[in-house]
Amino acid sequence: MNILVCLSAVPDTTTKITFTDNDTKFNTDGVQFIINPYDELALTKALEITEAKGGEVTVISVGEASIDPVIRKALAIGAHKAIRIDTAAKDGMHVAQSIKQAIEGQSFDLILTGRESIDYNGGQVAGLLSELMDMSLVNVVTSIEVEGDSVTAIRDIDGGRETVSASLPCVLSAQKELCEPRIPNMRGIMQARTKPLEVIAPAGDYTKTDYVGYELPPAKEGVKLIDAANAEELIDLLRSEKKLI
Amino acid sequence: MELDFESLKAQNNQVDDFTHPDFYEIDNLLTEEHKLIRYSVRSWVKKEISPIIDACCQEATFPQHIVPQLGDIGCFGPQIPSEYGGGGLDYISYGLAMQELERGDSGIRSTASVQGSLVMYPIFKFGSEEQKQKYLPKLASGEFLGSFGLTEPNHGSDPGSMESNFKDDGDHVILNGAKMWISNSPFCDIAVVWAKNEAGIVHGLIVERGMEGFTTPTTHKKWSLRASATGELVFDNVRVPKENILPNVKGLKGPLTCLNSARYGICWGAIGAAMDCYHTAVKYAKERTQFGKPIGGFQLQQKKLSEMLTEITKAQLLAWRVGTLMNDGKATPAQISMAKRNNVEIALHVARESRQILGGMGISGDYPIMRHMANLESVITYEGTHDIHLLILGMEITGENAFV
Repeated sequence: MNILVCLSAVPDTTTKITFTDNDTKFNTDGVQFIINPYDELALTKALEITEAKGGEVTVISVGEASIDPVIRKALAIGAHKAIRIDTAAKDGMHVAQSIKQAIEGQSFDLILTGRESIDYNGGQVAGLLSELMDMSLVNVVTSIEVEGDSVTAIRDIDGGRETVSASLPCVLSAQKELCEPRIPNMRGIMQARTKPLEVIAPAGDYTKTDYVGYELPPAKEGVKLIDAANAEELIDLLRSEKKLI
Repeated sequence: MELDFESLKAQNNQVDDFTHPDFYEIDNLLTEEHKLIRYSVRSWVKKEISPIIDACCQEATFPQHIVPQLGDIGCFGPQIPSEYGGGGLDYISYGLAMQELERGDSGIRSTASVQGSLVMYPIFKFGSEEQKQKYLPKLASGEFLGSFGLTEPNHGSDPGSMESNFKDDGDHVILNGAKMWISNSPFCDIAVVWAKNEAGIVHGLIVERGMEGFTTPTTHKKWSLRASATGELVFDNVRVPKENILPNVKGLKGPLTCLNSARYGICWGAIGAAMDCYHTAVKYAKERTQFGKPIGGFQLQQKKLSEMLTEITKAQLLAWRVGTLMNDGKATPAQISMAKRNNVEIALHVARESRQILGGMGISGDYPIMRHMANLESVITYEGTHDIHLLILGMEITGENAFV
């Protein structure tokens, strides 16, 4: 059972977001990058599966050398080897196409991704990749069971759960509750030093979109407390000042 | 008292949002690997220690279930080579691990310090190959817990006068004596014990639980390090096989070498306790309102916070530098003494000042400050007292021995 896990490096959740280049570029100065939390779940699940059934976990990431520490962390957590495609991850199509080209000729039983990255929240890579690879896709799953050459996954749907089965190979994207992420230990960190991290050149530029501009959400206003006995005042404010009703 | 650790973790509703201050961008002196190690230990502490530590201290309970976990994350002997189960990492990694553990609690750090620096280190440094193979992997994984016996009821700062002794008995030696204030003793599987032979020369012996005449009574009524198990090691005609004697060291140099390694760990650990107090105090000063504004807006609180950050930053620089000297094999005992003494002192000072900022809340178990403060009263005394480190430095400066 060989599994490919697509890994995105995203800014730490506590990062203060600023922009450069006339608000057309995210300012990465001083930003701490982490493994996208949904991708970390995908990685952990991949390790659980290969520990039970044998095989290897390869992580693949699209990005420049600055994301190497994030990839090393994935190796420290337990991934067997890593591939980095040496190009900035511009949009979902560029990432999915780059990954497809990079793994040409290799065979994976499963491709796992996170449901979305927590920076741009595109949520496109799993879908695009499954189409490009001609594999089936089960999106946003909270449980994965592999049996023989098929996989059974559970998805949250509105007001319930859906159980889906698909034949291997296929693409699955990880949702919260899929598993408990692992904390890398020192032995793992040391072993990660010598695990292979292959850096390959991008096969082309597949970008389909351009970022025209960014802006921050408006600053939060202070809280206005209204006495519980004064419901009318609240309704007045919502109507006249906020124009919500 | 029996504590239900799982339900403590499940019921915990206080988010541990600790981040470390880094005013002088000391992180830039660290490798990505160092930062990953710090992240790992911090994540483990937030998950496993923060939710239970107050209850452990209130009830004076050692959370024995964390011993294999400490082994698993690699906090037992990160600086010991990997062929013996250690981490094979450098001294900055070891220091950062100790900082993060003590950020959780000095007692937890003590458990790891004793195991790594005082039990694994002497076996690694002075033991036979058989001893290393037999004990080190089990100590590294946490299958075995170790303790270190040097201090005696009548001999603390003056270990050279120890009374514990052993006599030749064919394939064995007969060990007699008692050791006191021994971390991990009540739960230890083995103890590295320092005792004199018939010629009065100090040797190290590995004593195993179960050897007849070896007991480990618990020390009760501590006001400090309440989450760490402390006790005595008592030897009443214990027959220890000669193969359990550490072959490659004799004299006080043996235990003092181990103490150097442990003291080095403490100089980082103390920073962790100080950072936790500082983090708590800054947050409180911004949230607590008096006289119509956050107390952090008053000069007297700003003075305290500014001095704390200054002292923490200086302590970080001392620890980092002595760590790089350790990596080069050049750190002298006096250099380590300076860092241990300074960093524990400033940590205690930071704890006391933080306590003032929190006012009455500072004494509550809802905040970590009083626990750290009480813990640090032990840390400032063990592994060379605050005063003894002055004598080590004084001798270095003047060449004159003021110990006797």
